[in-house]
Amino acid sequence: MAGPAPSVTLRERTSDPSPAAGNPKIDVQSLSFYYGAKRALEDITLRIQANLVTAFIGPSGCGKSTFLRTLNRMNDVLPGTRVDGKVLIDGQDVYAPDVDVVQLRRRVGMVFQKSNPFPKSIFENVAYGLKINRMSSGRAEMAGRVEESLKQAALWNEVKDRLHESALALSGGQQQRLCIARALAVQPDVLLMDEPASALDPIATQRIEELVYSLKTTYTIVIVTHNMQQAARVSDHTAFFWLGKLIEYDRTDRMFTAPREKLTEDYVTGRFG
Amino acid sequence: MTRETWRRIVSALFVGACGLAVLVALVPLVMILFFVVRQGVQALTLEFFTSMPKPVGEPGGGMLNAFVGTLMLISLAAVIAIPIGVVSGVYMSEYAGTRLATAARFAADTLNGVPSIVIGIFAYGIAVLPFRQFSALAGGLALGVMMIPIIARTTEELLLLVPGSLREGALALGATRARAVFSVIVPAALPGIITAVVLALARIAGETAPLLFTAFNNQFFSTNVRQPIASMTVQIFTYAISPYEDWHRQAWAGALVLVSFVLICSLLARVVTARLQRLRG
Repeated sequence: MAGPAPSVTLRERTSDPSPAAGNPKIDVQSLSFYYGAKRALEDITLRIQANLVTAFIGPSGCGKSTFLRTLNRMNDVLPGTRVDGKVLIDGQDVYAPDVDVVQLRRRVGMVFQKSNPFPKSIFENVAYGLKINRMSSGRAEMAGRVEESLKQAALWNEVKDRLHESALALSGGQQQRLCIARALAVQPDVLLMDEPASALDPIATQRIEELVYSLKTTYTIVIVTHNMQQAARVSDHTAFFWLGKLIEYDRTDRMFTAPREKLTEDYVTGRFG
Repeated sequence: MTRETWRRIVSALFVGACGLAVLVALVPLVMILFFVVRQGVQALTLEFFTSMPKPVGEPGGGMLNAFVGTLMLISLAAVIAIPIGVVSGVYMSEYAGTRLATAARFAADTLNGVPSIVIGIFAYGIAVLPFRQFSALAGGLALGVMMIPIIARTTEELLLLVPGSLREGALALGATRARAVFSVIVPAALPGIITAVVLALARIAGETAPLLFTAFNNQFFSTNVRQPIASMTVQIFTYAISPYEDWHRQAWAGALVLVSFVLICSLLARVVTARLQRLRG
């Protein structure tokens, strides 16, 4: 990033609990993560509050995406990886042996950096999660839920007349909103977003950001971004990662105006990264 | 001569040599097509498709029993080979690093290179000898065994081409691994798999050797899978080595039909693939 002091617009907030407050939605305790012998995350402890947007920022390779993926155990599918520590969601450790990963991933939805609609129709994409989780009892109910999810993802008006056309015919931004609708359809509590707008143009990005902002009343949202303005625009809390460590975690306005760590200040003012 | 000119000459020579090699490679194909068409069309009448073979000396007659026989044999082969081939392809791509998958891949490649007559002997051993009876079933088995490695290896390769992000998308929605494979990954590779199956069918439809002592041959019309059955290839072989002019003409016509079948299969595979891919955007 160029220039010494980026102009960052912050949302106005009235009552905003600090990240450390009371009963968190997600409570991560001394989490470390290993790719083989390499430690990618070092002893992370942080609490994520319900119905807020929490942003993870940091330079490439700092572990923010890896950390996000430990929250719904998406790293399980990678061979040779290992997790230490605890991730409590609503007080339950997601790495406990009796946890059903399938059930966990239904409750903790995920949207990926590159939109990944299935090569099926728009309708089938949104209905997929409902089908595999046996979440609707009939065609009418399913159609209702698909419509509701598409509306929540602000995509309904653009696709309502072509629900049975291929999802791959949609634009990049629409595909990403379709992936959000697909994740919302299974009614998760938490939505993890891994740089959801990094491949999109500014207008599509703006729509995703507005969407994120409107969704937080219903969901707990965790968003990874390499774009600091984006973190400032959409999030309530921001965590800054650097070389696999959590450097600082605070309310977003404080992170961008009065960071406690020198490293955070250097990063948010664009001195490196 | 400047270096520049010299370079141009060398370049032109190489381009010319490549073009010539392509032409040489095409010559056999064009000649086969030319000869088969020229010799085959004379005997290619409607009667050829709709009537049974006639005794030597009687003009006319056709290969109805052989058409039906070949269709039955390749259908039997497809029923055997498609499920086994596709599912083992899924295994090889899903468990790519494991010992069993590596062994299966090696076995498939080896089986692919086994001479078809050997596969015929294998089918003779397990499906003819125990029943003391040549049968369409044994022929279908021999052809099926030939198809399995082709389908398995192609399926494996096509599945590996499906982006990993689709799998992650399915898993993130709460799909189990098996569910993700069969509801997202296999469907994503389906156009390619269909093409592979059609091409494999076209390939085995032209096999003679594995049928000689499995399906044998049958002068009569039969659709009984436990009886010997006629096939186009064995019929062509029988007619071609006979001393009768009439039968030679029929053999040419049969060859023409077989070549056309293979050609149509290839075209069909392309059309189907293009269609399916257009449907997907």
